[in-house]
Amino acid sequence: MYFLKRLAFAVPLLIVISALAFILVHLAPGGPFDRERKPASPEIERHLQSLYHLDEPLWKQYLRYFGLVWEKDPQGTWQHAPASWNASTKYRNHNVSDIIAQGLPVSMTLGSLAFGFAMVVGIPLGFFSAARRGQWPDYLGSFLALVTVCIPGFVIAPVLILVFAIKLKWLPVALWESPWHMILPTIALGSYFMGKVARLMREGMLGAAQSEFVTAARAKGLGETSLLFKHAFRIALLPVVSYAGPMLADLLTGSFVIENIFQIPGIGVYFINSSLNSDYMMTVDLALLYALLLIGLNLVVDFAYTMLDPRVKYE
Amino acid sequence: MRFPGRARWIFPLARFFFFAAVLALAAGCSRQEPPADLTIINGAEPESLDPAIVVAQADLRVVQGLFEGLTRLDPQTARPVPGLAQTWEISPDEKIYTFHLRTNLLWSTGEAITANDVVYSWLRALDPKTACDYAGQLFYIRNAEEFNAGQVKDPSLVGVRAPDKLTVRVELKSPTAFFLDLCAFPTLSVVPRQTIEKYGDRWLMARPLPSSGAFELAIWRLNDKIRLIKNPRYWDATNTQSEIIDILPVGSANTALNLYERGQADIVWDKELVPAQLADVLVKRADFHPFNYLGTYFVRFNVTHKPFDDARVRRALALAVDKERIVRKITKAGELPASHLVPVGTVNYTSPAGLGHDPELARKLLAEAGYPGGKGFPHIEYLFNAAAGGGDKIHENIAVELQQMWRDELGIQMDLRQVETKVFWGCQSRLDYQLSRSSWIGDYDDANTFLGMFTSGDGNNRTGWKNDRYDALIRAANAQTDVRQREKIFQQAETLLVRDEVPIIPLYFYVGINYFDTNKVQGIWQNLIDEHPLQAIRKIKTQP
Repeated sequence: MYFLKRLAFAVPLLIVISALAFILVHLAPGGPFDRERKPASPEIERHLQSLYHLDEPLWKQYLRYFGLVWEKDPQGTWQHAPASWNASTKYRNHNVSDIIAQGLPVSMTLGSLAFGFAMVVGIPLGFFSAARRGQWPDYLGSFLALVTVCIPGFVIAPVLILVFAIKLKWLPVALWESPWHMILPTIALGSYFMGKVARLMREGMLGAAQSEFVTAARAKGLGETSLLFKHAFRIALLPVVSYAGPMLADLLTGSFVIENIFQIPGIGVYFINSSLNSDYMMTVDLALLYALLLIGLNLVVDFAYTMLDPRVKYE
Repeated sequence: MRFPGRARWIFPLARFFFFAAVLALAAGCSRQEPPADLTIINGAEPESLDPAIVVAQADLRVVQGLFEGLTRLDPQTARPVPGLAQTWEISPDEKIYTFHLRTNLLWSTGEAITANDVVYSWLRALDPKTACDYAGQLFYIRNAEEFNAGQVKDPSLVGVRAPDKLTVRVELKSPTAFFLDLCAFPTLSVVPRQTIEKYGDRWLMARPLPSSGAFELAIWRLNDKIRLIKNPRYWDATNTQSEIIDILPVGSANTALNLYERGQADIVWDKELVPAQLADVLVKRADFHPFNYLGTYFVRFNVTHKPFDDARVRRALALAVDKERIVRKITKAGELPASHLVPVGTVNYTSPAGLGHDPELARKLLAEAGYPGGKGFPHIEYLFNAAAGGGDKIHENIAVELQQMWRDELGIQMDLRQVETKVFWGCQSRLDYQLSRSSWIGDYDDANTFLGMFTSGDGNNRTGWKNDRYDALIRAANAQTDVRQREKIFQQAETLLVRDEVPIIPLYFYVGINYFDTNKVQGIWQNLIDEHPLQAIRKIKTQP
């Protein structure tokens, strides 16, 4: 019931987000057809504007976006005007849905790999740092986690390329063709999140180790190893899980920087470029897509909480 | 390691994502595509491949491989040579062109290409419903502009006609020296009517897609690749050098260089794809080919406001700029400093000398205008845009250099205002600036593509500068059929522009850079307009 309510609430939320995004992109200076070359006559510019209905009042454009406009045709009968959300003013031969259909699977693949990398490396790293607190594995692990959080992808990626692709020639420099092509982008994209996960995990473990139920378990004579694995681990995982939702939404929608550096045909580049290009419809479409993913994954996270922590219950 | 109860799912979840991704990869990678004969890095992803939509040079280059016009460009000189038209006659007053099509013209799908297809393609580009950005390329034809503006409704009044299947008769408004160049321009190329009428905006996704050029479009995946395969029905197919060409859209210069160095690309042909910080080192390499390019970098004045409404002030600022220093210190690819607008090497034209570097005279002029030593000179602002692609800070570096030169030589204080690219074009069009970074790349090899834009009504003027004498000179030059006379008139106009009135300060002429190994790739030559017809290029097969 709780989750159904949450789902129902998502609809007005998405409408508000679309309206906000729509207003903001139109408020931003510069239009889709402002470019270096002015067409030979102002008429040409007018044709372009009217082709994409940019000459209409904003409310009408917004309704048209959802396909809620009916117009009189020359014969005088009312005709439903097609929805405009699918049109791109930048890539005029493509539909936005095609662009997303081409790019999203690629970004999702890379994002899933990076998510897997961040979890599979980050959780053990944080766990063992905490288990060996104050000893050199802790210092090493914490240092590694800190470094990966501090160094941004646009620094890590070129360094990885330089070492593994140019000097050692083990891996390709860019493009998206074989599994070999995916290794460097996965690491470059996942390393920040890996560090973040490791830090959250370590903090979580240290917090859990001091909680009362752990002390109680210890008093019952439970061994230290099984104490950490069986009891502390589950609770320590909670901050990681709540971070995992937005992190996954972030990763699955691609990364402008990584896709640009490795020339990966994902949709990350469009999140930035569509607004730079004043590609109005596409910008709003992508904002909605991102919002949808974020809402969905947060719901999954809340659900995961009930699985992990018996203290959490939603009514 | 075992985890208790419900926590067990967390690792499987991570593992699920990981393996799902690996599976997706495996599925994605199993697409069987034969390797290309030639791989070219072309710049950013084309906005379109529709001849009536494309505007960017990278896009135009791909389109030229798919759709051909009445003329095509010679791969060496980039001058127009017979394309779909085998011969033509020009009337003595140079207003009527009669083109005779080749008799063996076929679409890649097998139907005949006729004169009606040419007429349809041109009228389509002019049709207001097509919203063609470059429709202006056709405005030299009688009634074309009126038809585009909707003042003439009947397409048969436009000066292009097909008296029979193999003849195209074109009537121009006035003599147009570069009309054959325009016939090779993609806006005027021949497109498949039936496919367009059937599929509308998405006609380029139709398969098979009829093409009139040397290649067919096999694959077009956005931001991934464009694959062109040889069109066996092209009239000159025997001379098409490559069977399969891959065009990679790469926006980052570093990535382009890396791919090239690792042998993943054979040719990189956009100057933006030379990492700016390495340009001076790279241009010295044997596989980097710099050449003079039909483009000029300049500064626009907004002449509608003080202090730049005074030509003496504009001339003073121009004279105080050390252009030599800009090309030596900032651009570094061997650019020539510019004292005039039309680039060196333009066909049938030599520019008059403009203003040089003379700080002494500059100070004198500024004093005459009422600002001795810069005293009382208002605070001014220089507008420039954030460079695309990232990393390349040429606009910013030039802005800083100018700021320093004008402060040191003239005592003028100038602020720098950097804005995002779309905003920049908007500001420039609305004259919402005082000084603005500018550049222009010629559409065709003729002085008019540079000088024509500073006539009063032109949308690309963007300085607010209006001069009746200049307008009259440009009109007179374009009505002139004698090449030498035309040059003389253009020279008078350019003198007015760059010596007397100075609404712009030319800084330098562009240098283009292509990089490829001449031992591995043949059939590509450097020319002024940086055009390299795809059908002439081939990779030399290395003997095993």
